[in-house]
Amino acid sequence: MTATTATFSIWRGDRQGGKLVEYQTEIAEGMVVLDAVRRIQADQANDLAVRWNCKAGKCGSCAAEINGKPRLMCMTRLSDVPTNRPILVEPMRTFPLIRDLVTDVSWNFEKKRTVRKFTPRKPDAPDGTWRMAQIDVDRVQEFRKCIECFLCQNVCHVLRDHQLFDEYIGPRLLTHSAALEMHPLDSDHRLSDLRFTQGIGYCNITKCCTKVCPEEIKITDNAIIPLKERLVDRYFDPVAWLFGAGR
Amino acid sequence: MAAPARIEVPRRPARFGQSSRTDPWWAAPTVVFIVLSAFVIYSIWAALQGRDYRWGPYLSPLYSPELFGGPHAFIGGKPGWWPDWLFWSPAILILWAPAGLRVTCYYYRGAYYKAFWADPPSCSVGEPRQSYRGENSFPLILQNVHRYFIYLGLIYLVFLLHDAWEGLWFPNPATGHRVFGVGVGSIVLIVNMTLLSGYSFGCHSLRHLVGGYLKQLSGCPVRARLFGCASAFNRRHMLWAWMSLCFVAFTDIYVRLCAMGIWTDWRIF
Repeated sequence: MTATTATFSIWRGDRQGGKLVEYQTEIAEGMVVLDAVRRIQADQANDLAVRWNCKAGKCGSCAAEINGKPRLMCMTRLSDVPTNRPILVEPMRTFPLIRDLVTDVSWNFEKKRTVRKFTPRKPDAPDGTWRMAQIDVDRVQEFRKCIECFLCQNVCHVLRDHQLFDEYIGPRLLTHSAALEMHPLDSDHRLSDLRFTQGIGYCNITKCCTKVCPEEIKITDNAIIPLKERLVDRYFDPVAWLFGAGR
Repeated sequence: MAAPARIEVPRRPARFGQSSRTDPWWAAPTVVFIVLSAFVIYSIWAALQGRDYRWGPYLSPLYSPELFGGPHAFIGGKPGWWPDWLFWSPAILILWAPAGLRVTCYYYRGAYYKAFWADPPSCSVGEPRQSYRGENSFPLILQNVHRYFIYLGLIYLVFLLHDAWEGLWFPNPATGHRVFGVGVGSIVLIVNMTLLSGYSFGCHSLRHLVGGYLKQLSGCPVRARLFGCASAFNRRHMLWAWMSLCFVAFTDIYVRLCAMGIWTDWRIF
């Protein structure tokens, strides 16, 4: 791909209002959306607010909506988006806008404090250490890939459209809870919180969170549904109670 | 905890179907709507026919297991306690279980919430309603019964295995005995059973029950192996779900058209 020109329609504004502004810039082979946005910031819009850090899909800072889809700007190749029409770049819509492409995601960190912390069981060895088998660690290892970009929280319709911020913690924090609940050393219980204060029942398994995860974590299949099944053990399945499940 | 201020982006999707997405987001839910609707309408029609569900050694999966009804039924003919005023078909007694399995299946739930209830119509697309209760309260909290349907589904698989085996034994009019053989219908029944097994073995509830509920699989090698197998099927659960759904309908159509004399079942040997 030789250098060519593409049009970007970028949201400019703050909480008082704003509009989409079109910019034309040169693009070349190998560029990602973040490269183009930074070029626009350098050449045409020095005051454009955009948050980025690693440019490698590992910090989660540049989460935005590109052509209406929640994505990381640094992981969206321009060769994967149509350039024959303006490329739409907007901030995440679920969280309060600070300015331009930057949103305030602090709610997620505040809500994370409501999840019970990791509570290891008594040490396995006299020297105060534990023993874990690889097979037990593998399952939770997937969840540790999360970079907290909050794209999953952004796309979840329970938060995005229904704004149930008080009742529901969202897919990111359900994944965090799953990582703790399934941890082979953890001894705390989170099922009651998940059902009564963190609203896992609001999830209706549409898998939008899984689709947007840049780390390709199977959020719904491997985190949320297993937690829902543990809740069934605890609260809804009398046969499981006979076998002492969910206690 | 205080909710964050509502984002003040005027183009935020608020109305039904409003989105900044430029791809055809409506295509997938439309296909789901059409295919699921077609399957439900066809299977209800087929179940209410009460005839042409068996041809030679083949039995339609919509009528399996045939507990009551024809001469090959496990228990007997039409039960005496069945009210005369109520329409009778052998499928009525058994079809509720596989239907319940599909309706409460985690994959299908997500699919039909989108396609039939627009909740949401697609990812990051505006919804038609403001209120939302999810699966937190009645009636959708009843979806938690799913694991009981997978228990029943596994029992049905045994009957489908029996049907597939029976589909390999053809009556010989000359001797009156049954001889081993393979017809196109035999293969259809075997493929149908295989697809339904793949769908059932990848069930999220089954995956939990065989080992997923444990924090430490390392101490339970059999459960660890079962969990690994269920996880392998689960990774393609959507594909198994659609293939098995479509093939159940095709198998019924095959047996039905053979029984009606419209299609000829070719004997391979």
